[in-house]
Amino acid sequence: MLCFVLILLVPFAGAGLALVNSGLGRCRSAAHVMLASLCVVGVSALVYVAVGFSWQGAIGRPAHSALIGAKPWNWIAAQPFFLRGMSLDVSTDSLVVLLQIFSVGLAAIIPLSAGSDRWRLGAACASSGVLAGWTYPLFAHWVWGGGWLSQLGANSGLGRGLVDGGGASTIQVVGGLTALAITWILGPRHGKFSSDGVPAAIPGHNAILVLAGCFAAWIGWIALNSAGAVLFAAVTTQKLVLIAINTTLSAVASALTAALITRVKFGRPDASLTANGWIGGLVASSAAAAFLKPAAAILVGGIAGALILGAIDLMEARLAIDDPGGAVAVHAVGGILGLLAVSVSEAQQSGQFLAQLAGVSTLVGFVLPLTYGLNWLLDRFYPQRVNAEGERQGMDLYELGAGAYPEFVVHSEEFSQRWN
Amino acid sequence: MRIAGFLLLTAGWVIVTSALFLLSAGARAAFVVAGIAVQILGLIFSIRTHRVMESERD
Repeated sequence: MLCFVLILLVPFAGAGLALVNSGLGRCRSAAHVMLASLCVVGVSALVYVAVGFSWQGAIGRPAHSALIGAKPWNWIAAQPFFLRGMSLDVSTDSLVVLLQIFSVGLAAIIPLSAGSDRWRLGAACASSGVLAGWTYPLFAHWVWGGGWLSQLGANSGLGRGLVDGGGASTIQVVGGLTALAITWILGPRHGKFSSDGVPAAIPGHNAILVLAGCFAAWIGWIALNSAGAVLFAAVTTQKLVLIAINTTLSAVASALTAALITRVKFGRPDASLTANGWIGGLVASSAAAAFLKPAAAILVGGIAGALILGAIDLMEARLAIDDPGGAVAVHAVGGILGLLAVSVSEAQQSGQFLAQLAGVSTLVGFVLPLTYGLNWLLDRFYPQRVNAEGERQGMDLYELGAGAYPEFVVHSEEFSQRWN
Repeated sequence: MRIAGFLLLTAGWVIVTSALFLLSAGARAAFVVAGIAVQILGLIFSIRTHRVMESERD
């Protein structure tokens, strides 16, 4: 019952991310981002229930295995569509289904941040359907459904196999890599880079939304890390307090590191980047919150804050990646750090680092090409980027017919500055 | 160009997983490191391709 209550708090994480994404975008696309968040959560839940859970399954439920090196490696679940055959009570399997419906929605919200100001609503929904129907369940089966990454311990002697209590890999890195694929497919916002590749600053429009989103995400993440650790990492409820403390310590250490770095660099702490640091700290805590000592959680958070800021700077200034909300750095880089942090825990056995590394390799070598390929294919049939007129007007007016702030006076330079 | 980058990413992953599935503990770590190195090359290749494509788009 405690686990059920925790799972009910997980949507706060999605609400927090939606607020952060909206605040970090332009004001002329604010309502669009919020509506898109709601829509992708809806589409992903429907597609996941229809087909996604059939590929993902749960530990001990029907699955297909392949014999490699005389050992059985479980690679895909074999569940009926539409959750048929599941008894949806308060059993462990039904709690797994409920948590997964929320988790896949969270993963689908992440790329919205990267496509902000130029990603069509219909295309975002279609892309989240692809994510929830194929990319997410396949990888989540390998980690959480008794698949081959979780079997690396039993079959290859690598610690306990890939350990990921709160979804650093399955939710965060999968979402972050999808965000990277989306930025590559959409290209940068008009006016973001000059002809010689120098990036222009396009600041977020509402720091209050961003920071309020951080508080909401905090609640959701504690619930996600706790419920995930109990359901997927065989952690007892005795450790829930430790998980909440480590999640919090990682977030505050990361946010304070980000605030300190921006204070030194710019003379003042930057609200947007500090918020990115906060979310990045939550992400970095996801895999290992149940296994780290509090001091180690602070260290992981501190490293996450510095690493994420460096990654945001690198991607914008050197790699020509226009990611308005920093989703790739926060979720992909932060998630990979969190995944590797599991192996520094004293409770893990030898070979654990190799198992975690195998997870990172699978994300980069399988999930990234797969999610890019599927979204590229989708783009061929249903162009994902809004046309130039839509981008000039803003997504709110162009796709929704009304702005988020109808009583606000919009200054003419809001439109003209980036286009001259 | 980008396909070549993705092929390198996938090739590195195949090296890592093959090592984990088929090799004994001694040789396994070396092959995993080699696979990760191939993936880093693939990532660099994909990113450079993106930069070239963006400059051509401008």
